[in-house]
Amino acid sequence: MTALDFTARARTSLRDSQLRRNIAKATSTIRAKTARVAGELPDWEALRDAGQAIKRQTMAELDRHLVALEASVTAAGGVVHWARDAAEARTIIVGLARQYQAGSVIKIKSMTTDEVELNPALSAAGITPYETDLADMIVQMAKEKPSHLLVPAIHKNRAEIRDLFLRELDPAAIPGGRLDADPSSLAKAARAHLRAKFLSTKVAISGANFAIAETGSVVIVESEGNGRMCLTLPDVLISIMGVEKVLPKWEHLEVFLQLLPRSATGERMNPYTSVWTGNRAAEARAGDGPQVFHLVLLDNGRSKILADEVTRDTLNCIRCSRCLNVCPVYERAGGHAYDSMYQGPIGAIVTPQLRGFEEAGSLPFASTLCGACQEACPVRIPIPNILTHLRAKVVAEKRQGLGALNGENLAMQAAKAMFDHPTLLAMALAAGRIGQAPLVRDGRVTHLPPPLSGWSLSRDFPALPPESFRDWWAKREPRS
Amino acid sequence: MNARDAILANIRSALAGSTPPVLPPFAYRRAGEMTGEELRARFLDRLADYNVHIVRLRNEAEIPAALADRLAANGATRYVAPADLPSAWRPAGVEALEEVDGAPLSHAQLEATPSVVTGCALAVAETGTVVLDAGSHQGRRALTLLPDHHVCVVFEHQLVETIPEALQNLIGAVRDGRPLTFFSGPSATADIEFDRVVGVHGPRRLDVLFVQGD
Repeated sequence: MTALDFTARARTSLRDSQLRRNIAKATSTIRAKTARVAGELPDWEALRDAGQAIKRQTMAELDRHLVALEASVTAAGGVVHWARDAAEARTIIVGLARQYQAGSVIKIKSMTTDEVELNPALSAAGITPYETDLADMIVQMAKEKPSHLLVPAIHKNRAEIRDLFLRELDPAAIPGGRLDADPSSLAKAARAHLRAKFLSTKVAISGANFAIAETGSVVIVESEGNGRMCLTLPDVLISIMGVEKVLPKWEHLEVFLQLLPRSATGERMNPYTSVWTGNRAAEARAGDGPQVFHLVLLDNGRSKILADEVTRDTLNCIRCSRCLNVCPVYERAGGHAYDSMYQGPIGAIVTPQLRGFEEAGSLPFASTLCGACQEACPVRIPIPNILTHLRAKVVAEKRQGLGALNGENLAMQAAKAMFDHPTLLAMALAAGRIGQAPLVRDGRVTHLPPPLSGWSLSRDFPALPPESFRDWWAKREPRS
Repeated sequence: MNARDAILANIRSALAGSTPPVLPPFAYRRAGEMTGEELRARFLDRLADYNVHIVRLRNEAEIPAALADRLAANGATRYVAPADLPSAWRPAGVEALEEVDGAPLSHAQLEATPSVVTGCALAVAETGTVVLDAGSHQGRRALTLLPDHHVCVVFEHQLVETIPEALQNLIGAVRDGRPLTFFSGPSATADIEFDRVVGVHGPRRLDVLFVQGD
């Protein structure tokens, strides 16, 4: 496990009261909206069933659907690339950007490009990446990390964003150097700042919400129109998607176009959804969209997640972020505590599986297992189940490794021996009744000495009674 | 082994031994049940919820006057028009910037024109969504993207109730390789404090001229 794990990072964010206020305000707003628009559909639960069933069916034959997608995208004039890992994805995309002589690229919000750390690789190659989603642009300008799947700048409030814009935006985007802190004025400044870039940049990079194997179509769901700009105006479009984003049939989209916006932003429908099929539009009529389309299919650990039947459902995620908004741990600890572009309950299962337990093994423990995430998930991912499964794997890995001699392991071994042998248990209880005396206050133990002090920091337990159940049972008068 | 074969081999070995689940019959609504009047009321209610300016018309003949009015209200003396925008819709005395095949308008020209007028492929009442499929009266995508004000003509007979009905109707366009744009109100963002504000990069004002009757 890393030196700085979830608990340590959460401790830092818990001390930031501004941050906690920002997150609590935003998540309570969105919880109310999503609950309302999900609740108004008479068939919401049936849609969730269908979403889960389609995703499970897709994953069970993922190889077949990817081969079909490759064929349909190619037939529509697109070029398909395959990337085993983040490094391969970076090499492919940087290579393409170079091939089209891009000095800069415009980007649509994409967690997959964050996952493969594309922006630093582009910068190192002398290609400037411009994030065009408002929140992504804020995070990029502030040189920070995203703190929420869907609204990555949720940790910042309007006043903080205003100050950032005054420092970082093109002065021409802020007439007179005066900028109000209301979201409307801030959005207007962002529009002015990015307009010239949309009109002049030749290469765009996007993720994908869905890709349809049957037709070769790719789908982007968005709000601001920065997506439409990137998908329509440049000459070259490069999209990257995790292999799990494929949907076998066009008709499956009708389920997810209902589940996603209502779960994500709490709207009946998001402002813009774009669907394109290769570069056929550009061929058919001059200038309708990019003349060149590349699609990069990324594995980067996904086939490993697929191999474990318990964790396989992790791949069903449609990145709506509803589980973050209902999670009591996320609401208090904030997104940065997860140290990943995938935060909250879904992050706690995705990140350790993508990056390994060595780096992210503390995340499956960042949950109270209250189950709110599973109840909210539009595709019914059994997140608590997967969390406990991963916890067991983390512990098993530690037991095998050099960490076998750590205190927790030794304590557990001792406990196992004790519970296996009645005599040992009786002796331990007798010793405990004497030893606990200095720790008991009003019948409860509230503080334990190190190394157990961490455990008792937020937990009390009742003092051992003067007589154990076994002693009482042995002493009692026989009835008959 | 190349990356493609390696990924496919990994997926196949990951799936080896597990049986694909059987897809159960779906219980969600794939067709609407509303009558004409309910459908119309629902659509207009949803549009209003997105801050769309709605003009209700009794027939196609009322389009030019309504258009002239909406363009004037937005200070537009010119508008972008797809080449096949019906002449029966066009208001007299307002200059239309034509998109003619073979001579596309430049991004700068589109950017400098305040309004665009189009028809649509269909509209969805339950979500207040209008869909463009690069078909009749719509032009290519950039036309409806760069002008700041979009006036869209929607006929009552183009309404469907649900998203599944809309997608069933659009499969033909998709198979033809035509791009689709779904829009539900003007551009918006909730990126600052999850507080929804209207008007970012896409058109900041959306008017729908709703023509009643079949």
